[in-house]
Amino acid sequence: MASICSVLPAMLCKFPAIDESTIRLARKAVDDSFKGFVRSYGNAIDTVVQPLQWFLNYLESLFVSSPWIVILALMVAVVYFGSRNIAITIGTALSMITIGLVGLWNDTMVTLAMVTVCTLISILIGIPIGILMARSDRVQAFVNPVLDVMQTMPSFVYLIPVVMIFGIGKVPGLIAVVIYAVPPMIRLTNLGIRLVDKEVLEAADAFGSSTWQKLKNVQMPLALPTIMAGINQTIMMSLAMVVVASMIGVGGLGKNVLQAIANQFFTVGFLNGFALVGIAIIFDRTSQAFGKRLQKHSEVIHG
Amino acid sequence: MASHAIEVKNLYKIFGPNGRDFVDAVKKGMGKAELNETHGHVLGLQDINISMPAGGVMVVMGLSGSGKSTLIRHINRLIDPTAGEVLYDGVDVCKMNDNDLREFRRHKTAMVFQKFALLPHRTVLDNTVYGLEIQGVERKESEKRARGWIERVGLKGFENHYPNQLSGGMQQRVGLARALTNDADILLMDEAYSALDPLIRVDMQTVLLDLQKELKKTVVFITHDLDEALRLGDKIAILRDGRVVQQGTGQEIVLSPADDYITAFVKEVNRGRVINVETIMRPLSGNAEGVPLVTGTVLESAARTMTAARVATAHVVDVNGRPLGALDLSTVIAAMVTPVSHEDRAAA
Repeated sequence: MASICSVLPAMLCKFPAIDESTIRLARKAVDDSFKGFVRSYGNAIDTVVQPLQWFLNYLESLFVSSPWIVILALMVAVVYFGSRNIAITIGTALSMITIGLVGLWNDTMVTLAMVTVCTLISILIGIPIGILMARSDRVQAFVNPVLDVMQTMPSFVYLIPVVMIFGIGKVPGLIAVVIYAVPPMIRLTNLGIRLVDKEVLEAADAFGSSTWQKLKNVQMPLALPTIMAGINQTIMMSLAMVVVASMIGVGGLGKNVLQAIANQFFTVGFLNGFALVGIAIIFDRTSQAFGKRLQKHSEVIHG
Repeated sequence: MASHAIEVKNLYKIFGPNGRDFVDAVKKGMGKAELNETHGHVLGLQDINISMPAGGVMVVMGLSGSGKSTLIRHINRLIDPTAGEVLYDGVDVCKMNDNDLREFRRHKTAMVFQKFALLPHRTVLDNTVYGLEIQGVERKESEKRARGWIERVGLKGFENHYPNQLSGGMQQRVGLARALTNDADILLMDEAYSALDPLIRVDMQTVLLDLQKELKKTVVFITHDLDEALRLGDKIAILRDGRVVQQGTGQEIVLSPADDYITAFVKEVNRGRVINVETIMRPLSGNAEGVPLVTGTVLESAARTMTAARVATAHVVDVNGRPLGALDLSTVIAAMVTPVSHEDRAAA
């Protein structure tokens, strides 16, 4: 290679990077302006997200302080009526009892509260954005690259500005989780609506449906299986992210995993890890069985 | 409420981003191929002028790509025209604003689709009330009306089935019930029966003809099947390459096809079921002889009546029994077979 370099001008051989001092100046300018922004607006932003903090605290204390038998009964009931499947219900009861036996009940409740709130917020944000995206190619062209960044940017990187603005705590953890978990919700809502049969839409038009009637009667119901897949993905990604979020002050199973990593506690690490897996499988099987049950009408009897 | 006629006037549709720019060129004679090759635009319809009879069945016939589905979508403006007018009760559908158009679609039109286009997550009953639900009719009232139509199309007992649980013919009955429940003046049927088996198709044609006897809606029926067109149509328009080649009653088209293209179609038609006795009768000379045949009787049943009565002559009478003309068995049979001239034209 050196031989090629000897005949090429230096500029084409070694990449002509911008001068290091210039880069340093630019970096400092961006950092300072962001710090300035945080100083002047940090309190305002904190006030705006305060309701989130209350909601999170309320749900967490509700989950943790309720007698375990009530929570277990509630979970089993939800799983059964969601899936109508005895095997999934029994599996849920067994895994929750095992989690309780190894002393992880309270941590699991904290994680459950967190994942519940994150999933609800992701759905609340994701579905409207997905609908907007499906309605307009321009919105789609704008949102898609943003989602790409959200999904591929290493989570530790966007934890930096989040922590700078909110400090350490549940709310920044929640925001980090939602950033990571909302893209599949948005993408699959968009996809589901775009895949709705054009002929059924045309029929809705021919009968004089308004835009809202079309969305309510045709697009959302027909997109529901895809949207359910999105919700399922969002739950899974929230669960995966609560471990990372524990680095910025989210409690629960993630925190235990983090401590186990730091101290090389092999057993603690795996116990907490399996507890997360248990919850993940319960959520996954239940939401999938529920989604399938909603699609009962698509069973073909006549050929 | 009496139905009104639909007048389609000078309608042009050119698909593509700048369709409007080419209307004049097409009017001056630019063809479909040239428009597509040199300008990248597709000529959908050109210079369509059809007067669709009030309270009658208008059949638009053509092969795939002839523009028939494009034409029917102009009547409720699922497709916007490039130029021209679609008049209903004196109002140009093409000039309505969004709100008026929505009201027009809700109250004046109902549509049946080739691939049924039912809502898969709704039961037969919930599909049937769809039009009324959109109009904001109270659920109890709309359900009552829907149940009536479900029964009329022969689906009683299937109200709570989902479309996927029904056969194609039954699904299209739901489509028909959905359209009829709307109680609109205009019934648009876009190849409504093309996806059905031949026997079920004939069955559904009978359902439509029976209903039409009492409903007297303005029906626009799209088909690629000439037999279906002749059976249903009070008036037929034949499209080819986005242009009307011939329009008239079934008899007119069968007896005097406008060009070789239509001759080729007509050749295969069972003429005995299309041509009426009054079309071929000769003036009455002297007394009425043989069996009486009422006007509107088709040749096939005339021949059947005459052979059953073992007579070779018959006379045509109007509904009041007044004699109008005479004919004999050989004339009837001659008219039933395809004339040699048509055979030649089709072969050429």
